[in-house]
Amino acid sequence: MKTVDICVIGGGPAGLNAALAAAQGGASVLLLDDADYLGGQLVKQTHMFFGSEKQQAGTRGIDIASTLVQAVQSIPAIDVWLETTALGLYDDSVLTVEQQGRYRKVKAKRFIVATGASEKMLAFKGNDLPGVYGAGAVQTLMNVFGVRPGQRVLMVGAGNIGLIVSYQLLQAGVKVEAIVEGSPQIGGYLVHASKIRRAGVPILTSHTILEAYGENAVEGAVICELNRAWQIIPNTARRLAVDVICLAVGLSPLSDLLWQADCRMLYTSELGGHVAWRDENLRTSQPHIYIAGDVAGIEEASSAMVEGAVAGYAAAKDIGLAPMDVEQRLLVALEQLKELRSGPVGEKIRLGIAEVQSVRGDIDGRHT
Amino acid sequence: MRISEHPILKFKRGKEIKFSYEGRELSGHEGETIAAALHAAGVKVLSRSAVLHRPRGFFCAIGTCSSCLMVVDSVPNVRVCITKLREGMVVAEQLGRGSLA
Repeated sequence: MKTVDICVIGGGPAGLNAALAAAQGGASVLLLDDADYLGGQLVKQTHMFFGSEKQQAGTRGIDIASTLVQAVQSIPAIDVWLETTALGLYDDSVLTVEQQGRYRKVKAKRFIVATGASEKMLAFKGNDLPGVYGAGAVQTLMNVFGVRPGQRVLMVGAGNIGLIVSYQLLQAGVKVEAIVEGSPQIGGYLVHASKIRRAGVPILTSHTILEAYGENAVEGAVICELNRAWQIIPNTARRLAVDVICLAVGLSPLSDLLWQADCRMLYTSELGGHVAWRDENLRTSQPHIYIAGDVAGIEEASSAMVEGAVAGYAAAKDIGLAPMDVEQRLLVALEQLKELRSGPVGEKIRLGIAEVQSVRGDIDGRHT
Repeated sequence: MRISEHPILKFKRGKEIKFSYEGRELSGHEGETIAAALHAAGVKVLSRSAVLHRPRGFFCAIGTCSSCLMVVDSVPNVRVCITKLREGMVVAEQLGRGSLA
């Protein structure tokens, strides 16, 4: 059994920062990821980030990933296990993992769960046809492996992911026929939307997909208009000849491990689904488990990175290893998080977190 | 289907390797997943559903949705979206839940 002070599960933006912060806090760290590389979804992001300079605004996601990965690899106190899937997290602070066919155990004083999120599906006829892909899958295929997902794409969803992936498709030489968005407004940043529109891609708000058709794979889509009550307006259905339907309709926190570990879970629509109760330092109702990043609530990579730092410093402080300045670093990270969420864009997240923290995380709601 | 020029990214492809798919010889690159190699070769159907035998492709490409299960070297239920391609692999479409031979 591997013994370590702090074990971080997930090597994306939140997990990488959690590992760095925990190590700065004086802890020995084990960082796990089920993929064979570190960086999570950051390695697929070719666009420059927003936010403030502290969160590397103006830098492309791929470059942020390599900076973080290099930092992690240069610190001897951080051990990295790749191709390692977390299986179960138990009350005696033991984690079981599967590592390339081997079953292993890890004992840690604290765990930071930074497992991220998974793509949401949308119900429509033919949604199981090959060619209906999640936006993340399209990014993987074209930005990691350099393979075009198809020739002509219908993007479903005009949030930031839908807009950014549409732009990335154009960069890869793929035609985006249209973006449909059920809501009357574009959800993502207008700067992204303008780039897409300038490239000639129509963004059809108050539109949705009704059907994907094709024999063995997508050959086209039927789209239609919606009224303000999200009902289909009759006689507005029309066909679009596309071979890819890309779904960018949101993410769900990948919280299986937290359920299994019996953390108190709450459904909070503002945070994207079921999330664990947590205190302001991201500690869950299970005192040895912290959370950070999308698993704590669907947000952005910038805030995921700061959450990772908060959880890392807090966990290190918690086990009493912390050098003098950790308290200060924790306060700075908490302040950055507050700043990131201060504007109108952060309102939903603020509401969601307030809702989670309005209940008690310890005794009530947990079975005895 | 492969991208040769990109404004931001440079693709460092591994050496070309051969594998078999449904008896056909295809080629891909070292370091890429089976799903990526198949997609580059124009193969989108990876399996057939258990009851209605509807075609299935990948969906998430990060190993969580189980939509891409194929039979690889006689082993069923291999998640080809995260399994790396190797020289000489024998890849076949999976029907339904798959079974050990």
